[in-house]
Amino acid sequence: MCGIAALQIKNPEMGPQLGTLLHSMTCDLIERGPDSAGLAVYDDPQTMQGAASLVSLLGIDLPLPAAELADRLTERLEGAETTVEAVGHTTLVRSQASTDALLQALEELAPEASVIGQGSHVAVMKGVGNPREVASAHGLEAMSGTRGVTHTRMATESAVTAAGSHPYSVADDLCLVHNGSFSNHLTVRDELERHGVRFGSDNDSEVAARYVASQLEEGADLETALLRLGEVFDGFYTLVVTTRDGMAVVRDPIACKPCVVAETDDWVAVASEFRALSELPGIESARVFEPEPGRVYTW
Amino acid sequence: MSTLPTAAPRHPAEADAAEHVSVDLAEQSVRELNAALHDPAATATRWTVTHPRGLHSIAVGVDREVRVDVEGHVGYYFGGMNKHATLTVSGSAGQGLAENIMSGRVHVHGDASQSAAATGRGGLVVIDGNASARCGISMKGVDIVVGGSVGHMSAFMAQAGRMVVCGDAGESLGDSIYEARLYVKGSVASLGTDCVEKQMRDEHRRELAGLLQAAGRTESPEEFRRYGSARRLYHFTADNSKAY
Repeated sequence: MCGIAALQIKNPEMGPQLGTLLHSMTCDLIERGPDSAGLAVYDDPQTMQGAASLVSLLGIDLPLPAAELADRLTERLEGAETTVEAVGHTTLVRSQASTDALLQALEELAPEASVIGQGSHVAVMKGVGNPREVASAHGLEAMSGTRGVTHTRMATESAVTAAGSHPYSVADDLCLVHNGSFSNHLTVRDELERHGVRFGSDNDSEVAARYVASQLEEGADLETALLRLGEVFDGFYTLVVTTRDGMAVVRDPIACKPCVVAETDDWVAVASEFRALSELPGIESARVFEPEPGRVYTW
Repeated sequence: MSTLPTAAPRHPAEADAAEHVSVDLAEQSVRELNAALHDPAATATRWTVTHPRGLHSIAVGVDREVRVDVEGHVGYYFGGMNKHATLTVSGSAGQGLAENIMSGRVHVHGDASQSAAATGRGGLVVIDGNASARCGISMKGVDIVVGGSVGHMSAFMAQAGRMVVCGDAGESLGDSIYEARLYVKGSVASLGTDCVEKQMRDEHRRELAGLLQAAGRTESPEEFRRYGSARRLYHFTADNSKAY
């Protein structure tokens, strides 16, 4: 199964409600994925704290105490102020340095740490356990922002681990969540690995995320990247991909996995089931539809 | 109309026979509603359900002549296995609407998700909006009238019953169909294996007129084309032996 909830704000006045609404949407999808969860929120001022870059690390057990790691990162980044904070099950590293420089410094100073999110707009957080608790532990309800996506996971292709939770964020401000399973992910993974792509988990969805990232890096736009994914990947999927600029949804050509979209002048929302949309403000007059199979929708 | 008191909720079935029972799913669970609808001692014949909020399995397994009107959108399996009852939904329905319906009538004013009326054996399912993929999959006698379009693989392995589509049909309509009869007003993206267009004779126009009327539609039977089985898959032929 797995559950997906995504919300993009169109009316900036609704930004402060993003976290509350997304939290409520997520809780309606717990039955679809009770074992673990993850979330990505874009442009929450409290989370970003004006940093030029933010890297999310899996877990809160670091090789060094947080303050010491922060000091050494700052030093390594030639004085660019860098902080390390444990939030829920995730460690957030904020810096005034660029994302690339911060990632490189982390690779040197905390090589064991697993990067689960990176960029200048997004924070990614994930953990094992009931999605309501995972979301609360990271303070989702209090967040504001421009868009966000959450995922409730029922593990099928790999183990119940925080590393196997979605979203997968493998390039700056790019996140992917997946409901379904890919059957040829190992073949695609081999091909990507031959081109130097490195993986952080055994999860099939990570392969899709890295494939989309590689396509974008080659210059494809998001729609083209997802259409190509449909040609290369075999399996069942509803995918939601978010970037710093927007959001896209695509279902496999057989449309085995559910997906419902609702759109008003104020927001556009995507969920695995209508019930997750049922409490959104203005849902009574929203345009509600199921994405057609194989068609890429972007907002 | 009476509303079940929320301070001390009583069993919905305790309502008077003459009463119009109202159940608010923000206050009571789907399980309580369904248990009340199944209760052999229940005598109320008219039910209104509010705040369905896309919840699953509402009004599943009803086996009596009652009318249940749902105000809002319902989730998966609404009206599954329905027998005798008349059910309406003012909004849209999720997957598996009226799955395996036996008799009675299920009417959705909005859209229906995939596998609507799957395996239905009798009764009438009316969807005013669109139905997505696999509408009427393995239908075994149910009648389905869709005001809008149906998605791909609709009427897959349809065995008996009639399906009327006032809009368009998606790819592979009627794949591996047996004896169900399909009527489509708009375009058909493609026909599935062993499904062919067939001549509309008077008996079909009469049948279609009856179905349209039963569903409250205003289309004319003259606007539709009929599709059904070429009956080439009924028997094993030696020519196919090399396929095994």
